[in-house]
Amino acid sequence: MSNPIKKALRNGLFRVESGWDTLVGRESNPMYCLGAMSWFFFWVVGASGLYLFIPYDTSAVRAWGSIEYISKEQWYWGGMIRGLHRYGSDAMVLTMMLHLLREWLLDRYHGARWFAWFTGVPLIWMVFSSGITGYWLVWDELAQYLAIGTAEWLDFLGIFGQSIARNFMNPGALTDRFFTLLIFIHIAVPLFLLFAMWIHILRINRANTNPPRQLVIGSGLMLVLLSLIHPAQSHPPADLGKTTALLNPDWYYMALYPLYDTKGPLIAWAVAIGVTVFLSLMPWMVFGRKRRAAAEVSPPDCNGCGVCTFDCPFGAVVMRPREDQSGHEKIAVVQPDLCTSCGMCMASCNRTNPFLPGGENRKTGIDIPDFTFDLMIKRISARTHGLVGNNRVLVLGCEHGAKLDHLRGSSVGVLELHCTGMLPPSLIDYVLNKDLADGVLVTACRPGECFYRLGPEWTELRLAGERVPKLRGAVSRDRVKLSWAASTETKWLMGDLAEFRVALAELPKPERPTTTKRRVAE
Amino acid sequence: MIKPQHIAGQALAYTAFAVMIAYFASSPAYHHHSPDNALVRLSLTHAGQRLGDCKERSPEELAALPPNMRSKQSCGRERNSVTLEMDIDGVTVFSQTAKPAGLSGDGRSRFYDSREVPAGRHLIRARMRDGNNPAVFDYDELIEVELAPRQVFVVDFDEENKKLSFE
Repeated sequence: MSNPIKKALRNGLFRVESGWDTLVGRESNPMYCLGAMSWFFFWVVGASGLYLFIPYDTSAVRAWGSIEYISKEQWYWGGMIRGLHRYGSDAMVLTMMLHLLREWLLDRYHGARWFAWFTGVPLIWMVFSSGITGYWLVWDELAQYLAIGTAEWLDFLGIFGQSIARNFMNPGALTDRFFTLLIFIHIAVPLFLLFAMWIHILRINRANTNPPRQLVIGSGLMLVLLSLIHPAQSHPPADLGKTTALLNPDWYYMALYPLYDTKGPLIAWAVAIGVTVFLSLMPWMVFGRKRRAAAEVSPPDCNGCGVCTFDCPFGAVVMRPREDQSGHEKIAVVQPDLCTSCGMCMASCNRTNPFLPGGENRKTGIDIPDFTFDLMIKRISARTHGLVGNNRVLVLGCEHGAKLDHLRGSSVGVLELHCTGMLPPSLIDYVLNKDLADGVLVTACRPGECFYRLGPEWTELRLAGERVPKLRGAVSRDRVKLSWAASTETKWLMGDLAEFRVALAELPKPERPTTTKRRVAE
Repeated sequence: MIKPQHIAGQALAYTAFAVMIAYFASSPAYHHHSPDNALVRLSLTHAGQRLGDCKERSPEELAALPPNMRSKQSCGRERNSVTLEMDIDGVTVFSQTAKPAGLSGDGRSRFYDSREVPAGRHLIRARMRDGNNPAVFDYDELIEVELAPRQVFVVDFDEENKKLSFE
């Protein structure tokens, strides 16, 4: 992280998220699934919109009345559905913009992730277009303001044969056909939006589009209650013979309009296009950051099991037919453009096992060139060499999480990994079995805060024996500890380490086979 | 399953979320136009006169053309730019010359302007040139109006009666 402002903001974000975890519980913290929350609100808006389409009258004269009828006469149902439609769309904008901000703060927008970022930018335009056309349909004074403002703004481009703003010259200029067109646009744009949202997550393996059930229930209830307590209201009906004066805009959608009013269409277009172009090009504006070499498959060591394809967070590893004499039907193939070099594939490979015979240069089926499995074992040997005491600990963690160097001591060795997800569980077994340390502390970023995606989740499941490769059942769980710690939680992690060491000191000395020898390779 | 210690926190968080959504969904209020003012909106599209005169085709020329294209006159497509000016109470507030739309310059010229004026009595004059004589405005209309607060007063061109219109 090069930018100190960004670093400070990111640390602030981690503190907020940590505080929120304490307040509401980790599973109910929407910050870890802002994209999925946007999906959820999209479905809420879509479902409520389908209902609202039934009583809506696509007529310039009766549109306002039809909305007003269901809002006032059916406040308990139609009005509530209208509230869900409006507040759901507002919540979608809020979570979408927070999602954008958070991905930027966590540096998750460049490299192999350019595609998701780049395809996410048009979604903003589509969401705003959907919302603005929806507000037109109400045909109240706010709609009049938006319709004229948007039409003038578009007319400035001079690419339309007829002036759009002339449709709103006087009450007689507006036809029912225009409202039919409008509702068509208001339905068509969200359908395109859905398609674009699918493209947005296309290159993400196991994309999370469903928030946890607690959040779905809680947010849904919140929207229902809000719709009943504070129902969505219309302004007085539009009158093209009168100016719009005092308005209550929905600022989630209309923040750019006052800029147009005060600065004119040129500035408004310059800001809109400038921000869009800037956001779109951001993945390529990351300077001075060297991209790590992509994972490499070693064909003689790959048995085509396919586990690496399940674990890769970006679908960078695929299985292809194999035609050599190995006897295996398939082989893993890395798509370098999609690879973030996180190493999760290496950890998932069943050849990534230090107990397998390998000589001085251990090979595995899929490896990370700048941090090979062999190098990892050698570094572990080096970092544990010379540790003293009966509560020696090896700390293994992610370079994006807590500052592990601060934990180093005479009884504590540390090894930073690209991601904790690149740690094969058999390595923990190896450390304890070879008496390199008395305990292993595995630390990872909190789930949802992983720089790469899924590293903490895979680590937790592997250590719990719920996902292959599993930590062997015979490994004493008293000697293995998993701690979540963000980059701002180094002090907290130090406390956790101290507690772990106290607990280790109280454990009886394990009995090891006499043939077990300490292996120092580096 | 929600842990008991998180129930209060969640209630607080959802309330804060709801308040934030509800507040910015309609607040703070925005003053677009002053309720004491009226709005004069000039919205006009008009095709200028053709640049050249039409020429009668000779029988030979007509015979050389495909049957479906044998019109007696040959007219150039290009049109004049249109100049439009508007005065309010003797002060010129709008003056613009717009080129005809289209790649061949044969479309309509487009004007759009809207400006607030205090409600009350005003003298509004609009004049437009669409011909070849730069010294002459082909259309010139003057009107004295009493504008009510929030009234939208539109200046347009009535193509049917060929005159600038006020409504």
